[in-house]
Amino acid sequence: MILENVFYPLAFYFLVLLLCVKPLGAYMARVYEGKPCGLDFILSPVERLIYRLCAIHPEKEMGWKKYLFCLLFLNLFGALFVYGIFRLQHFLPLNPQSFNNVSPALAFNTATSFITNTNWQAYGGENTLSYFSQMTALTVQNFLSAATGMAILIAFIRGLIRHETNTLGNAWVDITRSILYILLPLSLALSLALTSQGVIQNFSAYKKINSIEHSQEQIIPMGPAASQIAIKELGSNGGGFFNANSAHPYENPTPISNFLEMLAILLIPAALCYTFGVMVKDKRQGWAILFAMLFIFIPLLSITIWAENHSNPMFTALGIESAGNMEGKETRFGIVDSTLWAAAATATSNGSVNSALDSFTPLGGLIPLWLIHLGEVVFGGVGSGLYGMLLIIIITVFIAGLMVGRTPEYLGKKIEPYEMKMASIAALIMPLVVLLLTALGVVTSAGTSSIQNPGAHGFSEILYAFTSMGGNNGSAFAGLNANTFFYNTLGGIEMLISRFWAAIPILAIAGSLVRKKIIPINAGTLPTHTPLFIILLISVILVLGALTFFPALTLGPIVEQFTFWRTYGY
Amino acid sequence: MATKISIWDVTIIKNAIRDSFLKLSVRHQIRNPVMFTVYISCLLTSGLWVQAIIGKGDAPPLFILMITSWLWFTLLFANFAEAMAEGRGKAQAEALRKARRDIIAKKLSKPDRHSKMTLVKSIKLRADDIVLVEAGDFIPSDGEVIEGIASVNESAITGESAPVIRESGGDRSAVTGGTQVISDWLIVRITANPGETFLDKMISLVEGAKRQKTPNELALTILLAALTLVFLLVCTTLLPFSIYSVTAAGMGKIISITVLVSLFVCLAPTTIGGLLSAIGIAGMDRMIQANVIATSGHAVEAAGDVDVLLLDKTGTITLGNRQATELIPADGVQIETLADAAQLASLADETPEGRSIVVLVKQKYGLRGRDISELGATFIPFTAQTRMSGANLPGRQIRKGAEQAIEIYVKQMNGIFPESVKKSVRVIASKGGTPLIVAEGATVLGVIHLKDIVKGGISERFAELRQMGIKTIMVTGDNPLTAAAIAAEAGADDFLANATPEDKLKLIRQLQAQGHLVAMTGDGTNDAPALAQADVAVAMNTGTQAAKEAGNLVDLDSNPTKLIEVIEIGKQLLMTRGSLTTFSIANDIAKYFAILPAAFAGTYPVLNALNIMHLSTPESAILSAVIFNALIIIFLIPLALRGVTYQHVSAASLLRNNVLIYGVSGLLIPFAGIKIIDLLLTGILHVL
Repeated sequence: MILENVFYPLAFYFLVLLLCVKPLGAYMARVYEGKPCGLDFILSPVERLIYRLCAIHPEKEMGWKKYLFCLLFLNLFGALFVYGIFRLQHFLPLNPQSFNNVSPALAFNTATSFITNTNWQAYGGENTLSYFSQMTALTVQNFLSAATGMAILIAFIRGLIRHETNTLGNAWVDITRSILYILLPLSLALSLALTSQGVIQNFSAYKKINSIEHSQEQIIPMGPAASQIAIKELGSNGGGFFNANSAHPYENPTPISNFLEMLAILLIPAALCYTFGVMVKDKRQGWAILFAMLFIFIPLLSITIWAENHSNPMFTALGIESAGNMEGKETRFGIVDSTLWAAAATATSNGSVNSALDSFTPLGGLIPLWLIHLGEVVFGGVGSGLYGMLLIIIITVFIAGLMVGRTPEYLGKKIEPYEMKMASIAALIMPLVVLLLTALGVVTSAGTSSIQNPGAHGFSEILYAFTSMGGNNGSAFAGLNANTFFYNTLGGIEMLISRFWAAIPILAIAGSLVRKKIIPINAGTLPTHTPLFIILLISVILVLGALTFFPALTLGPIVEQFTFWRTYGY
Repeated sequence: MATKISIWDVTIIKNAIRDSFLKLSVRHQIRNPVMFTVYISCLLTSGLWVQAIIGKGDAPPLFILMITSWLWFTLLFANFAEAMAEGRGKAQAEALRKARRDIIAKKLSKPDRHSKMTLVKSIKLRADDIVLVEAGDFIPSDGEVIEGIASVNESAITGESAPVIRESGGDRSAVTGGTQVISDWLIVRITANPGETFLDKMISLVEGAKRQKTPNELALTILLAALTLVFLLVCTTLLPFSIYSVTAAGMGKIISITVLVSLFVCLAPTTIGGLLSAIGIAGMDRMIQANVIATSGHAVEAAGDVDVLLLDKTGTITLGNRQATELIPADGVQIETLADAAQLASLADETPEGRSIVVLVKQKYGLRGRDISELGATFIPFTAQTRMSGANLPGRQIRKGAEQAIEIYVKQMNGIFPESVKKSVRVIASKGGTPLIVAEGATVLGVIHLKDIVKGGISERFAELRQMGIKTIMVTGDNPLTAAAIAAEAGADDFLANATPEDKLKLIRQLQAQGHLVAMTGDGTNDAPALAQADVAVAMNTGTQAAKEAGNLVDLDSNPTKLIEVIEIGKQLLMTRGSLTTFSIANDIAKYFAILPAAFAGTYPVLNALNIMHLSTPESAILSAVIFNALIIIFLIPLALRGVTYQHVSAASLLRNNVLIYGVSGLLIPFAGIKIIDLLLTGILHVL
């Protein structure tokens, strides 16, 4: 029973994922190393044309400050662009439902949400945004924000592999190649596969039908969904076309579409580990990181599945038989596919959902929350997950390196005060904004008035909202009215800080590492690919995550779960 | 150092207790960010206590008082650790100061023993003054001998009581202020201005007065400060969280500031934060105990990173002189005949090689030494023209010398140089030895194998170094063939043959360009450029002033293998920091389980389930955690001062051992510790 329903589907999922890692990872490495990758014959003329049109000189290398400036400029421009479209939506084409202009606070929140790869949605897609807004503002940012994450990662990797130089590559080239060679082809393939399953792609006006029951009129929303869903999953964006996100039958109609979308969530973040291994010329380093991610992910996923497989004791007490906690879950996916999705979408910074996290058991809901608290480094966002992980590796290497009696080094680069300073700043940002804003949320009436469930669960909802935005995840616990001035504004600022304040120290570290010599490896070098190091890395991630958020979690989900157990038995 | 002082010397402990209170000044505390936050916390809870006495308080006054006192203890214990680490250095500085007493110097007007002499105080002497030092006088300041030769007692600096020879010119010309001339006289040119002498530098170094944070210490401080900031954030936000929870649950009390402060101090990495400077000072101190003076803490740290060691062959890898190890007779010659001739040719030869031949034939062939005059022999000394030495006995002419010299010698007497001897010569040369041919008249008798003797235990030492990931390179002036043979015998990884000082410098630069960190020892002036280039450069105290200035470490024992010890001390220093950091962070898990249920079970009684240690009351739980947090510093002082034991194993095994020891115990010990303190506290309260 458990074998058939739980183990086989999971084993199959991870098997397919791992099979994709090597080919895709190797392909991406070739893309970033500028080597022929098989698609050049079609894409390189396009690439050259883009460079000519935009007056980009691909051979011009940039130092870390210039690289950072280009990315910040691109994203600032993107934010203004999205904000402008939302505010003028009513006057723009492709608006068959003639939706009004979006309010300033919501437009700000949504613009920052999509440029930061968060895709927190304080609105319902089908009753707020026109097709034009969805396509030109959101889908475009889905590509750009994902490519920004990948570019920062690649610059960081170059910081590790190059030596005694100043430059990290060309930001425009890395962005262009990420989109053109990686995100676009994959999205095209996935959206075609999804339409085969029934995901819609049209510009029709919403359909009115008479439902069978009570002959009431029902409105069926339409739109170009498939093209946005593909990049939403692949680019760890997670912003749904419809309000119900991936639980909506037009976004995710069948178990096959569900499988493909779940695969797409982890695909690029997992494969980038292999890309990393290839680029640093030591594949073991990439595998070690991937294994560390899996060894955190799989046990936490198992806890959620275990928690959700228990039927709700409140129902049992009423004499209602139920196989597990099915409230808020789609029957076409069931418990395993719903929890796997929830874990995958919170481990990565994807944040899409195919079930209601608010209805999970407290323990089942704690895991997705804590996965975001771990810093979005277990797979994490495309690019951002791995550079976040590399940051924690630097901290781990620092402590472990001291324990073997050498100035700590990673891949031959010495970790010195400057790197520690920047790594500390980068690692501090997420806990700082999440805890401070949650604190603000729970003691101000602007914050608490949005709560729909009182008590400890209300605390969990506010904590989840600011965690999701602070972790650039974007998933919602629901049960909280987030479309208020308070949450829209503070959340928008939080997303910006988390994403871009972290990017600055990350690129600063890359800029410092790239100037250093590579120290040759010998027996005195701390190996960073061994099982021991993987265990150490996992411990650092878990201990840091626990130490920072344990008190907050205690007052939310942990109290809820204990109450649950105390009342209904274990 | 003249005397070795135990860490647990009573005066040191007494002074350390006094100093731990003196170190409570803001000026001192602000240098350590982690402990400074504890300092602020102490002031805050002290204020809360006063408020609780005079009016409505945040918590019962007795509870606040207990918490406050233990927070102050935490601070005092950290200060005590630092004071203990400084203690031995201070005591040694005191001893050195005595050597720097006022000396009346005999200042000369020009470098001539009989020129006009004036008596001046040593502190008035400046660089380039000329002084005369005679038997019994103390040398007034650092300088260079420009005339004369004398034996000098340097025990005040080195702790070594056997006098050393100092003479003008060459590599033994440097003298140190405060040392005493035992015999003869010297004319010395002063090289240091007042306050800049070697003794002055040593005093300030052992005292730690000029101690600056080393790069690695700085990086760790940053990490610890960041962790402290995280915990500060966690604790401050707990107040609003608690306010919400109390309102939502409708029961319990909002968490008190005292409890929040306690939680913060327990979570902040106070264990490593409190011991950090003690670890650094103790590392410098261990160098001093090994009779090595580090001119900066940076050098001690860099020593741990060294991965290439340049070692001079002579004196370091091999004993100073070549020794005879074997006799190989020519075809048709009895070995006894060769031994007899070899002995006769060497009896009056006072060179180390000559003496070793006499010793060899006595040990191996039982030929006792004979009196050369009784035999009526005359000794023929070595000359640069003949390149031979030997003895003329009545009717016998015995010679020993290099192959070419003997070949010419026997050919002149119409003798032949046998093929078998030529073959032996080639065999010896290929083994790295030096062949010495013995001939009597026109007959070549055979070959003496002179060999460099590799010091005992050196190849084991090199094997250990290899395991630590350190490559050894032997540097020698020998030809490549000889060098290769000796390097192989000693177990060195590589060698530099026909080395000139320029070659050495070039090799260091080349290695550094490849990313290696290079350590070397040196004593001569011609070593100075290479010493200055090396990352870790140990200068011998017997060496020249130039060498000492170029090095960043000075070995008072002048023992070239000391480098290995230096590396171990450097590694030990970093390992101690890393291990205690791991321990400190791992401790926090248990503290959460002590404090969180205590703080929130009033609001949510179900949270008592988190009280897995079953601590008796919320107050006792919090107090136990705070007490544990303070006491652990005291318990770890010996470890901080002694350093984590360094084993000669690979980095991977070191990591495994240290993670198991310090990580796992760091996780478990506080559970036991806090429980025991809680039991004791409950017991005491019960009795009261």
